[in-house]
Amino acid sequence: MNEQTAELDQVYVPTRNVVARRIEKELIIVPLVSGIGDAEDELYSLNETGEQVWKLLDGKRTLEQVMAALCELYTADLEVIRRDVVGLMTELLRRKIVETRS
Amino acid sequence: MNERKDSSYVRRVQMDQAPVFAAQQLHHIDIELTERCNNRCVHCNINRPEQDRGAIERELSTKEWKSILDQAAGLGAISVRFTGGEPLLRSDFVDLYRYARHLGMRVLLFTNARLIRPEIGALLEALPPGEKLEVSIYGMGAQTESAVTGVKASHAQAMAGVRELKKRKIPFVLKWTPLPFNAEDRVAFRKWVKKVMGKDVTPGLNALLELRGRRDSEGANRRIREMRLAPQAAAGMIRAWHPQWEVKMRAFMARMCVPKGVDDRLFSCGAGREASVDAYGKLQPCLLLRDPVLTIDLREHTLEEARRDLFLSLRECRAVHPEYLKRCARCFLRDLCEQCPARSWPEHGRLDRPVEYLCQVAHEQAVQLGLIAVGEKAWNVKNGAARLAARAAAQLPDADISGIMAGGEGKCHE
Repeated sequence: MNEQTAELDQVYVPTRNVVARRIEKELIIVPLVSGIGDAEDELYSLNETGEQVWKLLDGKRTLEQVMAALCELYTADLEVIRRDVVGLMTELLRRKIVETRS
Repeated sequence: MNERKDSSYVRRVQMDQAPVFAAQQLHHIDIELTERCNNRCVHCNINRPEQDRGAIERELSTKEWKSILDQAAGLGAISVRFTGGEPLLRSDFVDLYRYARHLGMRVLLFTNARLIRPEIGALLEALPPGEKLEVSIYGMGAQTESAVTGVKASHAQAMAGVRELKKRKIPFVLKWTPLPFNAEDRVAFRKWVKKVMGKDVTPGLNALLELRGRRDSEGANRRIREMRLAPQAAAGMIRAWHPQWEVKMRAFMARMCVPKGVDDRLFSCGAGREASVDAYGKLQPCLLLRDPVLTIDLREHTLEEARRDLFLSLRECRAVHPEYLKRCARCFLRDLCEQCPARSWPEHGRLDRPVEYLCQVAHEQAVQLGLIAVGEKAWNVKNGAARLAARAAAQLPDADISGIMAGGEGKCHE
């Protein structure tokens, strides 16, 4: 598969193909169309940090700004945050859960 | 299959197996959007005229349905069934459908397909329901179908609806109700299903006609009784309808039949566990059971309160009818029989009187399964548990038993 890697200067937003539902302490991403998951009925559960990233996808912040905001919330090393956030966003892009704001 | 691992931030889960959903109060809600229907089927247990002003005025508004959907989603529901009547008659259907989907709920739609026109097809294609639609067909020609539905155009419109679903690759299942009017079309229906689906699938079967749940017309109920297949014929049809019926029933026995000795509980089923709401906002124990004593008005109570109160009250219900205590309460065929308060209520106006017809069908099936001898009464059998164990097949973990029960829905068991 030709994979698109998330880029720090881009602004990403959730696509219209999914909705986010809070179930207890988890944020669950529910696909509305086929072809997002590897199997029917596949959902995505974001952990606390993943949820913070999701909340910051406001259509204004670049990924770099998202990371900067995360750095204010967490004490982890910037490189670690960068690696994890780019990894997460690449995964969400691949699955068409997020897209580049047009 | 993609081999990629989940990242530390995101975890993939299956909706039906995710612990977070399993722990929720509510998993599914049934919503009867309207009792009105554009068909006037002779056997129907709920339909009201399409333009019934009184019904229209009493039905919940769009805003009220959205509030109930919000509450259901808040309690964890992952799916909703829109049924009726004909749910597509609601002018706000598209709005409510979109709303439910954007709450992250899968939608199961029960329809006669007459209103599956291109705009509805386009909606279902662009925003898939996530569940197979269930489409009821009553005949293989205009004359047969209109004899059932009372509407000349119903067949042509239903066929157009099915073509629309097929063209847009929207998953659906077809269902059949055997009636005196369409008996000669049954074989043609099975052939047509195979052609439409492109493979030999088993369509749904509504073999045991239910009486009107509102108990609103003794004349209509008498006609429904007259149209029922005789118990032996019904049992035979169910057996012939499902490939490997006996194998599947043995798997069903192994999984679902738990002899309980003498049991006077009325609701040992799943009634009240999920939510079932009628067109006017009354929470019912299940879609079929409309006894007003057991309903709670969601215009006055929240869904959470109403479910809690209803569920608790159902668990305390005990049978007192002497025939029930003599027969059903001691019968080892309980889990194989369609007898339940929802069937008893329309027949007798009470929850605990045996429905003779269902008892006879269950006995016919039990004979076919080798559980009892001809003429034997199951409630007199002392070694019922041993008989079930001997006939059940515990080594069929993968047998698909959905829809195998006589009524066809097969969703009543706990």
